[in-house]
Amino acid sequence: MFEPLLYHLRGQGVSVGLQEWLAFQRGLKAGLAGSVKELFWLGRCLLVHSETQFDQYAAAFEGAMEGAEVPLELVRELEDYLNNPLAWDESRQEGQHDYQRLLDLMADFQKTLEEQEKRHQGGNRWVGTGGTSPYGAGGRANQGIALGRRPGRRSGIRLPEGMDWGLYRTDRRLELRDYKLALKALRKLEKQGQEMLSIDASIAKTAKNGGEIDLVFERERTNKVRLVLFLDVGGSMDPHARTVTKFFTAAKEMRTFKSLEIWHFHNCVYSKLSPENDHWNSTPTNEVIANLRSNHRVIFVGDAAMAPWELFSHYVPSAPNGLDWLKKIQRKAPASVWLNPDPEQHWKHPTVDAIASVFPMLPLTLDGLREAVRTLRRGAE
Amino acid sequence: MSAVGTGQESLAAILHIGSKEKNMTAFPAFNGSDTYVADPGLLASVNAAMRLERPLLVKGEPGTGKTLLASAIAESLGMPLVTWHVKSTSKAVDGLYTYDVVQRLNDSRFGDGSVSDIGAYIKMGPVGRAFEGDERCVLLIDEIDKGDIEFPNDLLRELDEMAFDVPETNQTIRAKHRPVILITSNAEKDLPDAFLRRCVFHFIAFPTPEILLKIVQVHHPDVEEELLQAALKRFYRIRGQAKLRKKPSTSEFLDWLTVLAGAGVSPDAIASAFPFAGVLLKQEEDLLRVQGSA
Repeated sequence: MFEPLLYHLRGQGVSVGLQEWLAFQRGLKAGLAGSVKELFWLGRCLLVHSETQFDQYAAAFEGAMEGAEVPLELVRELEDYLNNPLAWDESRQEGQHDYQRLLDLMADFQKTLEEQEKRHQGGNRWVGTGGTSPYGAGGRANQGIALGRRPGRRSGIRLPEGMDWGLYRTDRRLELRDYKLALKALRKLEKQGQEMLSIDASIAKTAKNGGEIDLVFERERTNKVRLVLFLDVGGSMDPHARTVTKFFTAAKEMRTFKSLEIWHFHNCVYSKLSPENDHWNSTPTNEVIANLRSNHRVIFVGDAAMAPWELFSHYVPSAPNGLDWLKKIQRKAPASVWLNPDPEQHWKHPTVDAIASVFPMLPLTLDGLREAVRTLRRGAE
Repeated sequence: MSAVGTGQESLAAILHIGSKEKNMTAFPAFNGSDTYVADPGLLASVNAAMRLERPLLVKGEPGTGKTLLASAIAESLGMPLVTWHVKSTSKAVDGLYTYDVVQRLNDSRFGDGSVSDIGAYIKMGPVGRAFEGDERCVLLIDEIDKGDIEFPNDLLRELDEMAFDVPETNQTIRAKHRPVILITSNAEKDLPDAFLRRCVFHFIAFPTPEILLKIVQVHHPDVEEELLQAALKRFYRIRGQAKLRKKPSTSEFLDWLTVLAGAGVSPDAIASAFPFAGVLLKQEEDLLRVQGSA
């Protein structure tokens, strides 16, 4: 039942799996959708898994219900209801609420929807359009099915909630989790902290001792990796803002690193770096480099494409140029990579080549990140 | 119900529809409770979850009553409530059972009884207790997003099949009565897709003024109408300010109202000044911002 809803949802970019759809069908059969409102809620709680998609769901629901043609006997019933809605409500209160009848209604509705398409092609007019039908919609009914369009409203269905779920809509793909899973592999476990009883080792040792208890204490293992991220915030990076933000959010939400530092630069690293979210302040790059230790892992994120002089020329003769700064960081923290959000076919550029000769350069994609993590782990050994 | 994933199993699910329905009708419906005001959408989700025997995943801003919902369901349906507060260190197996191996080791050395009965050292966790209980209960898995990123995946099989194995004693613990499972999340982490597919999802939006009014009437029936209206107006104006770092929640509003009523603040004072702002706003920055603009 209600396959149009499925296709409208797909049209809205909400993919519904078979498992969810079957649950929805079971819900319908169990009589959980006794009214359009309940149908709306039932579908939403089973077919959609995030409030960010509620808006799309509402649109799909409206779309699926639009232009429904209703057989005459149902129209009469609806008319009865519209003339005296209280009578219906009373019968509901008395517990005579008849799911079966509403299910029939839904089934008929579905059937006529199918038929209507055929006849519509044949040139017949839809019942309910053209303003000849007295119950032509507006969605005043809180039960039954709305009957087509009324000018000035988007459709005949009144959605049960006045909430504007559009506010929650982000269209954000759930890649955040994937990034996190990739980053999770970036660890170097070391024994540290408080001694704790190791049960497995104790049992093994006790068994070897022939039952004489021997307790083994071990220290907890913690991740020693300190992550330093350098982000290019130059203008050419703007198109990649979303991808980059996602990656940085993932890194920040991971609490497994011993520390996480984020530094911003413009085009290339020079003598100063600004901390994240605070472009008015800056820290001498030398200071940042001085703090790098062997358990630091460094990831640069930038498109590496800039005017050649920005990388190769010296502002002050004898002072290091951009490339020198990058080399300096690489020497201090050999476990470092450069992630480039540009697609690989655009990498043919003198400055990209120069930077790629300093750092292993990988695309800022899931696969690229996985490879980067592998590189960082190797580099540390 | 078996894990649905392959076409064959799905077909089985279809074929089971008919036979399941009979059991379903035995389920009582949840209609809210005296102390819990639920909007009809939430009621629909709760009842769908109970009928379809799926866990209900409730998401929403902190302080919108996600956790309270579990006790409201338990209370109104007369079921016991079993709660599992998930922490960042929680492992899925902790919720099922723990094997107190240290105690056993100790007993084997210093105790007098026999230690051959491993079962005596198996202690059921919240999920285990919910499965073993003699009556149907409500199982609350609170703040599942606090756990490790793989945490929800580790519970898939247990929640699907309503059973788990205890390898130490070679036992299978099967749910005597399928518990009503409620899972809450503050959306700190994305939950895995496979997990989401098995849940009934509901998002508790921040209540509209009308619903908040109802909630207040449940908790503070004797607050003066005028004071309440002034406080509500002020509250929604503060929440409307876009740049707050932490928006005040329902529970904070209720606290604020208690303080206002207790101190005998006049409705006019709420409109002109902002008394006891610290009850609503916990971040110093927010306080300064609001007081600056008032």
